[in-house]
Amino acid sequence: MSELTLTVMRLGFLAVLWLFVIVAVQVIRSDLFGTRVTQRGSRRGSGGAPAQQGGGGRQAAPPQQRQRRGAPTKLVVSEGTLTGTTVALQGQTITLGRAHDSTIVLDDDYASSRHARIYPDRDGQWIVEDLGSTNGTYLDRTRLTTPTPIPPGAPIRIGKTVIELRK
Amino acid sequence: MSVVTNTTTIGAIELPSRRNTELMLLGFAVVIPIFAYANVGLAMHGKLPPGMLVYGLGLAVLAGVAHLVVRRFAKYADPLLLPLGILLNGLGLVLIWRLDQSERLQNLAKRAYGGFSESTPNQMLYTALGIVLFSAVLLVLKDHRTLQRFTYISMAGALVLLILPVIPGLGADVFGAKIWIRVAGFSIQPGEFAKIVIAVFFSGYLMVKRDALALASRRFMGLYLPRGRDLGPILVIWAVSLLILVFENDLGTSLLFFGMFVIMLYVATERTSWIVIGLLMSTVGAVVVGTTASHVKVRVNAWLDPFSCYTTSGACEQVGQSIMSFGSGGVLGAGWGQGNSDLIGFAANSDFIFSTVGEELGLTGVMAFLLLYGLIIERGARTALAARDPFGKLFAIGLSGAFAIQIFVVAGGVMGLIPLTGMTMPFLASGGSSVLANWALIGILIRISDTARRPAPAPAPSPDSEMTQVVRPS
Repeated sequence: MSELTLTVMRLGFLAVLWLFVIVAVQVIRSDLFGTRVTQRGSRRGSGGAPAQQGGGGRQAAPPQQRQRRGAPTKLVVSEGTLTGTTVALQGQTITLGRAHDSTIVLDDDYASSRHARIYPDRDGQWIVEDLGSTNGTYLDRTRLTTPTPIPPGAPIRIGKTVIELRK
Repeated sequence: MSVVTNTTTIGAIELPSRRNTELMLLGFAVVIPIFAYANVGLAMHGKLPPGMLVYGLGLAVLAGVAHLVVRRFAKYADPLLLPLGILLNGLGLVLIWRLDQSERLQNLAKRAYGGFSESTPNQMLYTALGIVLFSAVLLVLKDHRTLQRFTYISMAGALVLLILPVIPGLGADVFGAKIWIRVAGFSIQPGEFAKIVIAVFFSGYLMVKRDALALASRRFMGLYLPRGRDLGPILVIWAVSLLILVFENDLGTSLLFFGMFVIMLYVATERTSWIVIGLLMSTVGAVVVGTTASHVKVRVNAWLDPFSCYTTSGACEQVGQSIMSFGSGGVLGAGWGQGNSDLIGFAANSDFIFSTVGEELGLTGVMAFLLLYGLIIERGARTALAARDPFGKLFAIGLSGAFAIQIFVVAGGVMGLIPLTGMTMPFLASGGSSVLANWALIGILIRISDTARRPAPAPAPSPDSEMTQVVRPS
């Protein structure tokens, strides 16, 4: 076998091997740039912070063109141990409860393991539904018995935790 | 008025399962070893190797089967783990085949054992068994959380696996290290499997105890020092790993278990102090054993200055040859089949297989191989981040941590960075236990990543909303 062929094969193999590595890294690139980090502020005191984030949150609006105008873009925890936590609303179902696999894991003795869920209906209206919890889910002052649309700015109370949908 | 919609119409957004990406990468991962195989044949015999078609088809079939199993039973699994495993395993087969062609090694085997047999067919068989085991893991283990039930059973199991090689009559002493057992003509390395079993115990145990280990501590010089009684577990694991070192003469396994425990302890408690304590304890242990146990002392001397005892000690000669392999490989390597890494002699295709990579593919190839391993570890760590249950988190990080330590120990050993230990390079080295155990490990990681990336199932519609249609005045 000629020297030249072997040299070409030797370098060619290294190039192919590195190409694989680069393709593999491209596949996982979404891990670096495609994730959304939810910020958890300090307890209380930073009442203004979520509102400011509300302004920033609107920058994330373009990818959500399916949503109606004026629809809430995020869920904010305004009272309780998780105060300041925000979750972006992107058409996914949000579950609340003490179970580890909940979207928002409540560390609260008054919450059930699968307490409530919040989801959009076909029109993009966000609905809150109590999942048969022991101590109930309250929208404003009324205890929920059926899945109910969430009016803008209405507080949802679960045990000591209060959450709101904001734009 | 508004009628509340039926809850059954609500579905989660379909996440991309990325199975097609995996298939594309798998195709790529099968082609690269075939290219390497052809290259070895052309360089060593001047013609394409006769077994090329069979070998290529075999690898492709194995990859295809594994892919179909993942597609069927772990739809949302990570797309990279399987192709990386197949690529490394395929390249390992080529490396072993290349060393089988070496006349030096053939003569050496004839002189030592009176005959030479190729390792490649066996390795191909073990790879097939490995894929079978991988599929079995995915088929049987529907949810990794079921392993949580076996926390303490797996502790006992891992201890038995670790003790087996010391039992007289069952254990086999191969060149000083007692890490093999001989059963019905097969040598098995139980330590490879113990690594997975003990990860189950560590995750189950730390998941329950982590609050006690993390919260009860005093602050001292910027470190959170744990209470004396919480030091118990780490002391026990340390003692066990030292006992392995003393009785089995195996630095690698001992380092693997202790390192894995420290990594998992750190992940479970977020306390840097555990890492500091762990490093101190392993340094003390290594120094004490290194100066007293004779077998370990030979290894340490071969590490410190392999060329001073090059002609007198076999261990020194091997390490010296290995270092020269890396040196003569240079940046771009000598090319497949054109190096002299077979001068290492014994264990050239198992413990020292990475030296052949160093000589024939050079620094460029070694970096690529280390990156491939790094990607597997990164995917494991990523799986741990994404996992929603604490047991799965700890299990995934424990397995990928063990994998990382093993690669560090082997690669560091053959490059002369740390004393050499008798461990195998995952997927590359010749040996059935290693291939089987690592495919099982990849299978478990794929199972956890499938659970972690799977979109949450919609809760069952509550009976109330179906029965009563609430009409409210608007």
